[in-house]
Amino acid sequence: MRVLNSESSFLARGLRHRSFVVGGALSLILTGVAVLSLFWTPYDPIKINIRGRLASPSFEHWLGTDHFGRDILSIIMAGAQNSITVGVVAVSIGMLLGVALGLWASARRGWTEEILMRLSDFMFAFPAILLAIMLVATMGPGAINAIVAIGIFAVPIFARLTRGAANAIWAREFVLAAQAAGKGRFRITLEHVLPNITSVLVVQATIQFAIAILAEAALSYLGIGSQPPTPSWGRMLSEAQTMIFLNPWLAVYPGVAIALSVLGLNLLGDGLRDIIDPRLARQR
Amino acid sequence: MSVFLVKRLSTFIATLFGASILVFLALEVLPGDPALVILGIDAPESAVIALREELGLDRPAHVRYFDWVGHLLQAEFGTSYTYQVSVVELLQARIGITVPLALMAMALSIFIALMLGIYAAAHHNKGGDVTVMSVSQLGISIPNFWLAVLLILFFAVNLRWFSSGGFPGWDKGFWPALASLILPAIALATVQGAILARFTRSAVLDTMREDYVRTARAKGLSRRATLWRHVLRNALIPVITIMGLQFANLLAGTIVVENVFALPGIGRLILQSISNRDIVVVRDLVVLLAAMVVAINFLVDMLYAVIDPRLKARDV
Amino acid sequence: MVLLAVEDLTVTLDTVQGPGRAVRDLSFELAKGATLGIVGESGCGKSMTALAIMGLLPENARTDGRVLFDGRDLLKLSEGELCTIRGNRIGMVFQEPMTSLNPVHPIGRQVAEALVIHRGMSRGAAKREAIALLDRVGIPLAAQRFDHHPHQLSGGQRQRVMIAMALSCGPDLLIADEPTTALDVTIQKQILDLLQGLIDDLGMGLILISHDLGVIAQSVDDIIIMYGGAAIERGGAATIFQELSHPYTQGLFGAVPRLGQRRPDGQPVRLSSISGTVPELNDLPDGCTFADRCELVSDECRAAAPPLVEISAGHAAACVHLRKARERWQL
Repeated sequence: MRVLNSESSFLARGLRHRSFVVGGALSLILTGVAVLSLFWTPYDPIKINIRGRLASPSFEHWLGTDHFGRDILSIIMAGAQNSITVGVVAVSIGMLLGVALGLWASARRGWTEEILMRLSDFMFAFPAILLAIMLVATMGPGAINAIVAIGIFAVPIFARLTRGAANAIWAREFVLAAQAAGKGRFRITLEHVLPNITSVLVVQATIQFAIAILAEAALSYLGIGSQPPTPSWGRMLSEAQTMIFLNPWLAVYPGVAIALSVLGLNLLGDGLRDIIDPRLARQR
Repeated sequence: MSVFLVKRLSTFIATLFGASILVFLALEVLPGDPALVILGIDAPESAVIALREELGLDRPAHVRYFDWVGHLLQAEFGTSYTYQVSVVELLQARIGITVPLALMAMALSIFIALMLGIYAAAHHNKGGDVTVMSVSQLGISIPNFWLAVLLILFFAVNLRWFSSGGFPGWDKGFWPALASLILPAIALATVQGAILARFTRSAVLDTMREDYVRTARAKGLSRRATLWRHVLRNALIPVITIMGLQFANLLAGTIVVENVFALPGIGRLILQSISNRDIVVVRDLVVLLAAMVVAINFLVDMLYAVIDPRLKARDV
Repeated sequence: MVLLAVEDLTVTLDTVQGPGRAVRDLSFELAKGATLGIVGESGCGKSMTALAIMGLLPENARTDGRVLFDGRDLLKLSEGELCTIRGNRIGMVFQEPMTSLNPVHPIGRQVAEALVIHRGMSRGAAKREAIALLDRVGIPLAAQRFDHHPHQLSGGQRQRVMIAMALSCGPDLLIADEPTTALDVTIQKQILDLLQGLIDDLGMGLILISHDLGVIAQSVDDIIIMYGGAAIERGGAATIFQELSHPYTQGLFGAVPRLGQRRPDGQPVRLSSISGTVPELNDLPDGCTFADRCELVSDECRAAAPPLVEISAGHAAACVHLRKARERWQL
């Protein structure tokens, strides 16, 4: 049974909230650019053209070219693919494992729950990037390893959130009724608990997406994330830093791209949260 | 109170051990032979075997773990394969960069957070609040390393107020050394400050809704007096807890920022060791950083107990 | 001597769903040393009235009318002026003793706070006075308990502390908003007796707000019954209890179970209840607010808000069908 929120339709409420609209628009743009770049970019982002290097923005190259003569706009567009992939995969890993663990802990209570929560507390005490760095240190740098590392440190976040939200649902009367009717814990979890915590999870997923993009950008910047020649905003930034005296603008564009994507997702998450629980919105 | 202390202390020690196990296991469970990684895939078999013996990798896992922890407790860190010196030596100079940087950034971010957060809460839903929220929204969205690069661009390249990187060393004079830490600290503090500001604001707003705030107003306290005497003391309790948790983020941030500014601190060392495949250094440094984080959280917990009298009575 | 005069007080709240009228054209007077009870269901506007008097309404509230205290209209005063009156000339006790005290400050300090602010007392003098107050409200070992924190006290004790706090500066008027609702029944009586004693000793005016008729009946001289933001019946406590005149009042009192109650023919009495629910604030009708739930409703009721009609000296009710209602109750 899904407990419904009353009031006007989802979309109507959505449009009233600026965060949702702006965030949604930015996120759509990000996705759109990534998808578009799969089929078309103004130039081939990988192709090197030394003669045209470090060109200023012009009609041919809207954002200019980098130190290898590659069209910056194309690289930025292709970089969106990287970001989206990271976000999707990392959040998926985090959610699949985290939500499952959280639901399990909440259904079982007792020792299982305690141990699980202690473990996730450990992981919180651990700076996430350290974990990523460690994993990369042994497994070697690369996009996949980075994504897996980022996904892993999303697990305790989702586990904790799921367990808290699930506990609240377990205490509700309709669940007690279902238990009294003889339903097993597994079925209750699937049919009653999960549908009612979905909204909370969606909000967190959006925010984790943003965090994943930031984390991957940091790892790529450090050189231990995605490797050349895969276009990546983080790595663009580190390359641009070496060129900072020659063409400072190179450092600006990828940062703007990252910032706008993360901003869009954060706003979207905030907007979703406001819509899903308007009571909280009014208080904020 | 003493029961509380003992409980917290034991949790602290347990967490430290847990962290060390986690680090050890992470490097253990993962595929990859450390000796092979260090020497490279093309190394001759005999060299690999010899290195394995030298590093003690042929012994069973738990033996190696306890050996390692035993050494750690005696403050004997391992030896770097690359530099052939003990990790402790490598740390000596670098701690003098990372720790002051982290402290400066923390102090600055707390200052920003409290100022902005309280201001926004006091001007809830009015212009000031909206501004703070928008600015902080931006603050949490920008990568701190990009902000660092922008700061370099503006203050170092354009204005030439600061150098664009590097660290002169404390022995060359206090002020130049400190100056080289200012831009990095700002880069770190801005993002952290934005996160904390938002949290402070919502903690203050939540507290303002409590019944005892209404009671204070009913007694004739002005809005300002109520804020300072009743709201803040209570609102700061969750804020301090979060600050402790954020310290982990801050340390992570210093790793990246040190690289942007080419500061030879712990963060830089870790990354260089990764490039050099110097597993021993990576392992020991990671555990050290984790221990620092756990220690800070422990201190925060203690502080929490001092501020909130409810904890002294109950067994938390 | 009139202490407080409320004239046509209207409180409107700007909500997301539109404006909601929490209090409508409320008027009453309170003499020095007199006690007034305001009764009604949740949402009838009684708490809003209290907050309006204190100037503690939420941000989205607008007021109309006048609240005259000591010759000054409280609704027109600045925040600074109101601060000198709150806790000083008018004291207020709230409903939830568990959460109405600051958990991190010692209770003694919280009692002494008003003294320091309004009387300019030193910490030491305020402390002595606070201990005396705590003693007066029945907190044992007041001197030791001064440094205790709220979580170390029981609910009843916390409410006593609240009362001590409200009375610390010797106000002329005390407003108690549901002071016993969150307490056990046995403690309720203690608190009410305490209030009674203090009122008599200090000669204060008291406004007691409650939804509990039992609490009101034993504690006050006059009663106002509110519904949907308006006063629908008022009069002396004894008079009202004997002559329930408004259909709502009749429904309210008829809903109280009484032990051993039987009909004239010996059959047990069915518990009467009022059908329907209290309307939403922004859904209030222009006419009589009780119209949708009343058995005697007619078109006249919905046309305009019925005025208060005097039944006897000091007893009035706002109903178009007053005669029929009274006849129903065999008056």
